[in-house]
Amino acid sequence: MIEIDNISKKYGTFQVLRDCSTSVAKGEVVVICGPSGSGKSTLIQCVNGLEPVQQGRITVDGMNVTDKKTNLTQLRARIGMVFQHFELYPHMNVLENLCLAQEKVLNRTRSEAVAKAEALIERVGLSDHIHKHPGQLSGGQQQRVAIARSLAMDPIAMLFDEPTSALDPEMINEVLDVMVQLATDGMTMMVVTHEMGFARKVADRVVFMDEGRIVEDRKTEDFFSDPESPRLRDFLSKILQY
Amino acid sequence: MNYNWNWAVLFQDPYLGWLISGLGWTVSVSLCAWVVAFVIGALIGVGRTVNNRLISGLCTAYVELFRNVPLLVQLFVWYFAIPEMVPDGVGHWMKREMPMPEFTTTVIALGLYTASRVAEQVRAGIDSIPKGLKAAAKANGLSGTQVYRYILLPISFRIIVPPLTSEFLTVFKNSSLALTIGLLELTAQSQQIADYTYNSFEAFTAATVIYIFIALVVTGLMQIVETRTAIPGQSGKGA
Repeated sequence: MIEIDNISKKYGTFQVLRDCSTSVAKGEVVVICGPSGSGKSTLIQCVNGLEPVQQGRITVDGMNVTDKKTNLTQLRARIGMVFQHFELYPHMNVLENLCLAQEKVLNRTRSEAVAKAEALIERVGLSDHIHKHPGQLSGGQQQRVAIARSLAMDPIAMLFDEPTSALDPEMINEVLDVMVQLATDGMTMMVVTHEMGFARKVADRVVFMDEGRIVEDRKTEDFFSDPESPRLRDFLSKILQY
Repeated sequence: MNYNWNWAVLFQDPYLGWLISGLGWTVSVSLCAWVVAFVIGALIGVGRTVNNRLISGLCTAYVELFRNVPLLVQLFVWYFAIPEMVPDGVGHWMKREMPMPEFTTTVIALGLYTASRVAEQVRAGIDSIPKGLKAAAKANGLSGTQVYRYILLPISFRIIVPPLTSEFLTVFKNSSLALTIGLLELTAQSQQIADYTYNSFEAFTAATVIYIFIALVVTGLMQIVETRTAIPGQSGKGA
């Protein structure tokens, strides 16, 4: 479904990504972790073309993201993305957040869009809040709305860029519950996160990045039980210490 | 001080009529100039933020030109110089046949000048929106135009209501410069009353009070706009 083939990227003289290659098969859940500044967020933002790459190739469902001729708008409508800071449209209520792109991009009728939105909002447990604005919701609720907004587009895959990093500890679980449910339902997912419990529970593979390189790309059980590189062993020992 | 106070003169014929007529010209020229300023300012402001060097460069050049030349000079250029510089037929039309030449020229000069200032507010409003929101809108599948139409503009216009109020007020005050090209707006009429009656203090007090009244009405209206468009759950009015 998602093929990342030897991509490299620089910001000015700073090399953010170096020859990264990995892939996500249909229905697979891949978690990407690594220290700050290792390039994991940049990598995931390259997948739907939010960040351009200088070298290498990314294809999603056969469409070449890195080709300048590709219609990125069309591609992005088919890939869901959830951000660290939710990024809901602050001037629209929850319902309108979910309906906007359905109506303006997918040309669904108002009633189709509303029906879809209501069903998804119920699925993330926020039916009582559908007419509220994002500023009136907690962080966890906003992130669940953001997930529902992406799902409203019937995406072929979902990208998560540190979806729980900006949340209070109490709210992390409500968001992870929704993500686990999605994974169990067979959604193709690429998730940048430090939630190792989530990775153990639903990830098929875990990718470890450091200094712009993919250091390890392993099956989940091997990743935790048998880390090969000293850098990953060091990282795991630190984050699993408590 | 040997000054002959006579407030009643303001309510005598024809002076009251002059004040009312002056008020009418001030309000109409200002409102028309504001429409020009708002439309062109919004376009130029958006143009400065787009990812196209030619467009953003041209829009920046517009702002730097119109913002940095004194308004009075711009008014004179539009009124005295432009008709001489354009082809003869057009120049002749501007001088002889253009309807209400003083009014039209003021609307253009004041509108285009204020547009450069509105453009800066619009650009600042758009720039103040976090980059992540734009990325999220694009990730949601919206095209570049749709991101502006549905996300960036509705949010930035809400943010810039207070500074736009100041610009709107400034248009009314700047409209007084139109007297230099012969538009009989409020300041010109007050001056005329002072000349005819020698009651200059009363005449200019009338102008002062009327300008303040206009300003308070505009401020009140803009506060209603601000409250009506406030985003629920965000700090500020209506939160």
